[in-house]
Amino acid sequence: MINKFLGFKPDEKLLPSQTVTTDTVIDLSSHKYQKIWLGPNHPGVTGNMSVELTVQGNTIMKAKTHVGYLHRGFEKLIERRLFVQGFPTSIRMCVAEPDTNEYLIARSTEELSGYADAVPEYANWLRMLSLEMARLQGLLRGVPGQGGTFALGIGVQWGVYLRDLILDRFEELTGARVYHMYIIPGGVRGNLPEGFKKRMEENLVEIDEFIIRIKKLMFHNSVFKTRAVGLGIITPDMVDKYGIVGTNARACGVKRDVRKDNPYLYYDKLDFDPPTATEGDVYARTWVRWQELIQTVDLIRQIMDKMPETGDIRAKMPNVLNWKIAKGETYVRLESGRGEYGMYYVTDGSDKPRRINLRGPSYNHAIALFEDMLVGADVADVHAIMVSVQSCPPEIER
Amino acid sequence: MNLTDILTPFTAWAGVFKEPVTIKDPLNREAAPRYRGFHHNDVAVCIGCGSCEAICENQAIDLVPVEGIATKDGDSGLRPSIDYGRCCWCALCVDICTTDSLRLTNAYTWVDTDGDNFIFTPGVDAKPWDEKQEGWRKPQNGYEFYAKERQHMSELHAEHRIDSFIEFVKGYSKEQAQKEADRCVSCGICTATCPAHMGIPQYIKAIRNDDMEEGMRVLYETNPLPEICGRICTHKCEDVCSVGHSGDPLSIRWLKRYIADQIPSDTTKYKEILGTSNIDKNSKKVAIVGSGPSGLSAAHYLALLGYSVTIFESLPEAGGMMRYGIPEYRLPYDQIDKDINYILSLGVEIKYNVKVGKDITLEQLHNDFDAVFAGTGLHLGRSTRVPGSDNKHVYQSVDLLRDIVLGKEIPTEKRIVVIGGGNVAMDITRSMARLQMKKYGQVNIITTSLEDEETMPADREEVVEAREEGCTIIPGFGPQEIMIQDGKVTGLRVWKCLSIFDENRAFNPKFDQNDEQIFEGDMVIESIGQGMDLSYLSEETKSKIEFNNRGRVVTNADFQVQGLPWLFMGGDIIQGPDVIHGIANGHIVAQAIDKMLFEK
Repeated sequence: MINKFLGFKPDEKLLPSQTVTTDTVIDLSSHKYQKIWLGPNHPGVTGNMSVELTVQGNTIMKAKTHVGYLHRGFEKLIERRLFVQGFPTSIRMCVAEPDTNEYLIARSTEELSGYADAVPEYANWLRMLSLEMARLQGLLRGVPGQGGTFALGIGVQWGVYLRDLILDRFEELTGARVYHMYIIPGGVRGNLPEGFKKRMEENLVEIDEFIIRIKKLMFHNSVFKTRAVGLGIITPDMVDKYGIVGTNARACGVKRDVRKDNPYLYYDKLDFDPPTATEGDVYARTWVRWQELIQTVDLIRQIMDKMPETGDIRAKMPNVLNWKIAKGETYVRLESGRGEYGMYYVTDGSDKPRRINLRGPSYNHAIALFEDMLVGADVADVHAIMVSVQSCPPEIER
Repeated sequence: MNLTDILTPFTAWAGVFKEPVTIKDPLNREAAPRYRGFHHNDVAVCIGCGSCEAICENQAIDLVPVEGIATKDGDSGLRPSIDYGRCCWCALCVDICTTDSLRLTNAYTWVDTDGDNFIFTPGVDAKPWDEKQEGWRKPQNGYEFYAKERQHMSELHAEHRIDSFIEFVKGYSKEQAQKEADRCVSCGICTATCPAHMGIPQYIKAIRNDDMEEGMRVLYETNPLPEICGRICTHKCEDVCSVGHSGDPLSIRWLKRYIADQIPSDTTKYKEILGTSNIDKNSKKVAIVGSGPSGLSAAHYLALLGYSVTIFESLPEAGGMMRYGIPEYRLPYDQIDKDINYILSLGVEIKYNVKVGKDITLEQLHNDFDAVFAGTGLHLGRSTRVPGSDNKHVYQSVDLLRDIVLGKEIPTEKRIVVIGGGNVAMDITRSMARLQMKKYGQVNIITTSLEDEETMPADREEVVEAREEGCTIIPGFGPQEIMIQDGKVTGLRVWKCLSIFDENRAFNPKFDQNDEQIFEGDMVIESIGQGMDLSYLSEETKSKIEFNNRGRVVTNADFQVQGLPWLFMGGDIIQGPDVIHGIANGHIVAQAIDKMLFEK
């Protein structure tokens, strides 16, 4: 009876055909279709990005993404700065998880200048700690945020609180809450403050408790299930076609994780197995991320256990004002909360990078994949699908 | 879907009974101890080097003059002003700060109605957070933006250098020089302090770029004696080097030597690099008295301007005190020749063994030339005038050093006592030690000075090296009597020196008579300073010019003698003993003579 009530659908015989094939001609003058714009500023859209929707009734016939509202030319700005000056700009390429950019800039310059092995062990563990903390705070906003797209606001509020706990630890470790500017070419910018591990553990205990509450709130929720199950399906054969990475790929059974496939830092010394699912819908993606939440908490505990007590935090490197790097190019990558995140870095022997190009996961997810996933979906589900691919417009446009 | 899925979400209501987590008063939340908040600068410690300005990626920092802070040696007199419309609080400025004066406090709220207030000079414009001690400071644990330790300069070991006058400082290799040059933050504090205002950051940059020809061009802009200065300059630049505030200062002197050493001793090559192969000559003639640093420097720049320059030198070779005062182990003669040969190749003529005042008068020079520059140096020794100092076994260090160069027989006794604590005292001590080693196979020399260990005017390294070579240096004693027995020197009687200057900063040493010591020796060498020989000035000339209370001729800022516009004087006789001052004087004099003759 409940199923019948929640699954109410109007009589489809009364509606015009809503199946879209490759030869469907959308003729706006036929008055059967309507064009609506979502965004660029919209509470349901992550960042400034707009989607041009052609709808028939509630059903989307065609979707076109429009970006460019956030382009600030960060890569070019970094190309006009010294190697050491790059990281404070790079973090702005992705607000949600800024540490990944810092790491890529640092790692690229270290590889090209031959200092990759000179980074002290303690500094590498601290880098890993800050990257996992960044993943955790991203997931704490992302997982309940998925509920938010279905008007389940309470989880979002919990998420904001829990994320703030991690930001408190970030503030203590790095000196800032959001733009940490912590990972610098050669190492990191601060050791672990006294009592940090204890305070972190207290936060993790509280987060553990909330993770269970989030599970009860979202994954044992008939509304969430009804809306999310079967929505925005990604099939394994789409993965290579669209270049899908991270949790989006893992949720449809394709187990890809740079931390496992091509371990960087000391990820090979940690014991973890990236969670997967097979359904590939919004529910599965959120479920995989929820499991990853548990795993990230565990990883932070492992890192704090295994890292050395103290040590040097930066390698002995050339004077930052006079630092030149010989001609060369490199591509470095890591697994961010949204998937594989890479940077192509070219140097020409001067004191500034010749070219930088960021290859973030959002470009593929939010432009190509998103456009195709929307076709046939309900207008009310646009936000849910968008959030479920974890796109980040600032990182698309840089 | 089941009933559980409908009921379970309602467990979220449990949160209603919990204490809210929201902070009630967010404005007064104390940030973490390491938080990167607002800037504070300890302006008394800051030297205005501008490294913060150089590293600021947003160009938010400008160095501005500040009231009450004067520009002086080692301090630009400027302080960083920060534009909070541009700042991103990355704290790179703090991390590079050479004096550790800049920091970020953990204050982070600032409300103001006037936007212009957000451009402010931390530490000068009073702010509520100035007293806050918590906040971002330069990280520790091996976090350095430039190397703190200088590259070690390899030297001959004391036992290998003590029996000869061979140069014992080996010079930097290319790798060492580049590593050392890399430490420079290019602040230019050194340039302001250097008497010749050499383009130090520029030639250090040339070393980093491995462009020795460019380095040479930078050196010759302000200093025509780089081989010499690269070895024996008193390096006032290193004393103020901003990198030296929290580490070793850069070896600026050795880096200069490195550049000069890389260019072969070939005047054609020099001219090619420096672009001086063709100089348009003019018809004016300038006479220079003395071929010391100031004379050579003036000759070089006048020759570049097209003047016909003639130097009158009383000794058989050019170089003045650089050749006849500084021992060969510090400054080899071939390096002096290398610098001088290039100056001579520009058309400068030197008349050797001509003593102005005896062989030719100054007035004759005035008649034959359009202008005259005298840089005659300090070649007269000063006596302590204690009893016994008139004995023939009591010598003056300047005379002995000159005689060593002239190849004369040097009276070397088995036990020697030297009076003096300056660099010349160290020079004669170490020279005599070498002669003793050659003659007797052992060193037995005692050097004593009025000043104590900390205030000895000699360079620290000179004292250390002298001790390495077996010389005994006993600072803090004042000579009372040179003891004579049967016309021969037997030793020096000294009293412990309690203070050198009285309340009025006048020279008036006080001694402790109970602390008497006798330094035994067969000869005593006095090295307590030098005086000038102005006998070439005739009585008539002297009557036209002014002397100050220290007996020095009064000149204007261009070293033009008051009352005699055709005569310029500079170098040691005006500025006191120092090569780099002499070079700087010579450069100024060349420009002043050019201006005077051109305007005529």
